Amino acid sequence: MLKIRNFSYGYLICLLAFIYVPIFVMMAMGFNESSDYELPFRFSLIWYQQLAGNDVLWRAGSNSVVLAVASTMVATVIGTMAALAMARHRMRGHAILQILLFPPMAVPWLILATSMLIFFYYSGIGRGLHAMLLAHVALSLPYVIIVVGARLQSFGADLEDASATLGANPWQTFSRVTLPVIAPGVAAAGLFAFGISFDQFVTSYFLAPPGVTTLPVEIYASIRKGFTPEINAISTIIIVGSMLLLAIVSKFYQFGGSK
Amino acid sequence: MSSVDIRQVTKTYGDVHALDKVSLTFAEGEFFGLLGPSGSGKTTLLRSIAGFVNPTGGQILVDGTDISHIPTHKRDIGMVFQNYALFPHMAVFDNIAYPLAVRRVASAEINLRVNKILELVQLGGYGSRRPRELSGGQQQRVALARALVSRPRVLLLDEPLGALDKNLRQQMQIELRQIQREVGITTILVTHDQEEALTLSDRIAIFRKGEVVQVGRPDDVYENPRDAFAAEFFGSTNFLKGKSLGKQGVLGAVELSDGTRILTSYALPSSGSPITLTVRPEKVLIQGEGQAVTDQGTSLNVLSATVIQPVYMGASVTYQLSTSPADFSVFQQNREAKRFEAGASVKISWLPQHTVVLDA
Repeated sequence: MLKIRNFSYGYLICLLAFIYVPIFVMMAMGFNESSDYELPFRFSLIWYQQLAGNDVLWRAGSNSVVLAVASTMVATVIGTMAALAMARHRMRGHAILQILLFPPMAVPWLILATSMLIFFYYSGIGRGLHAMLLAHVALSLPYVIIVVGARLQSFGADLEDASATLGANPWQTFSRVTLPVIAPGVAAAGLFAFGISFDQFVTSYFLAPPGVTTLPVEIYASIRKGFTPEINAISTIIIVGSMLLLAIVSKFYQFGGSK
Repeated sequence: MSSVDIRQVTKTYGDVHALDKVSLTFAEGEFFGLLGPSGSGKTTLLRSIAGFVNPTGGQILVDGTDISHIPTHKRDIGMVFQNYALFPHMAVFDNIAYPLAVRRVASAEINLRVNKILELVQLGGYGSRRPRELSGGQQQRVALARALVSRPRVLLLDEPLGALDKNLRQQMQIELRQIQREVGITTILVTHDQEEALTLSDRIAIFRKGEVVQVGRPDDVYENPRDAFAAEFFGSTNFLKGKSLGKQGVLGAVELSDGTRILTSYALPSSGSPITLTVRPEKVLIQGEGQAVTDQGTSLNVLSATVIQPVYMGASVTYQLSTSPADFSVFQQNREAKRFEAGASVKISWLPQHTVVLDA
């Protein structure tokens, strides 16, 4: 038994190392003085200082954050509403509507981005942050609807019916019963949406007019120009930020478990 | 306390009549059981009263006012669901306080009323627990307290004891009845459990295919079922087919297929019409072949029978018998030490007033 336990333990360590070692190397190099990744390691904050003066990267970063926050809010709100409509009302073509949610997740983003670029061009929407927002919302919606929908499935309409018999009007039922019960699902969906937007390279790259970039696009551009440890520095900041966000969310909601 | 009047309520789904011109009146303070197999329309009627189902036709009146077009939350009803539908994110106290909170009752009064009703359902001190920390019976009581705390006009119960095991169910039946009497609320119960309906209801209605087959006090429906469906659904019974010979003296006579004559004190259709009779197994006396049948001055129905199988159930024995007109089941209290074995020849007898004539 001890052997099996040691083996599982070692296996898990290897698995996590596989994921985390490249990340740690990158984070460490952000604190190495050499611009060419030379060893021995000499601690320095020079790349963070340079980063502080890199206006292009900062602007790209703030674009990314604004875009991600906005598309998360829009996608989570309208996606939750769509999930509610699908879960609680039978409508014509219900099954087809539900099935149509899946292809956008299977189709490569490159193809979706191409189609959006063409459509936005012909429809006059054009390129720019507004077009990127539309694209990010569209990409996030299926994930939001499916995650929130799963949560709605796990408790039937009985709780809402009960609330109505107890004298609660539809708004009271939504705010006091439905929303608190599906909140963990909505939070998870929001995280998905944020990740999809913040991580989005292809659509942003296609839809960004000259002079407007997001962080992934700018990082890609910098790498092409010549890789500097500044990128390691900003990546480290993003990683620490994401981890903090996850830690806060998981403090409020137990993922996988029932709340 | 309120009366509920169901007038010609119809609900169709495509060509299917879930309810077909159902009319019923629930009196003030009455405990009324809606009984029937699944798909018979009893649940559709309950959900129509709650406002979850929009009837295709007819009216539902509470105290004389038509509520058919009023949304559920304005109907002033209490309902206990089969799975209780307690709010998992709220403590017991907040669950019960919910109907008061959404009606904006002052918090001091909410405290008073919730604590009072917690005592009524014997859950004092459980207010801070979460529903999932309670047993099934306790959850059921919370659901009942929550449905009653706002003093609604009507209480609807949808198979409320279905999820409990048998012992707990019997205990909860008694408690439910006590609480209902104490509160005095008009209560409508949906159940497919005939024993539950018998124990709890002042009156019952038996449903079949969207129609009401029979309405009455449980004992009356049991003793005088109107047709074969009501007889069979409500307890076990024996059927005999034959044709009417009309009245012969005070009693009516019926000739069975094998020529046996059966007497009944029920009214018979005109001579020669085919009819179905039913006799409850516990009305029948079973005796050994040689024993004299004492008729105490009345005319008894007597048949010779052979025991196919005795089913021993401790307090009672149920005999499966074959007689020349039909197979028969007879219920016997386990009072005498002697029991009949399979293959034994016996005599069975019953009184004419226990030969119930059914509607064709």
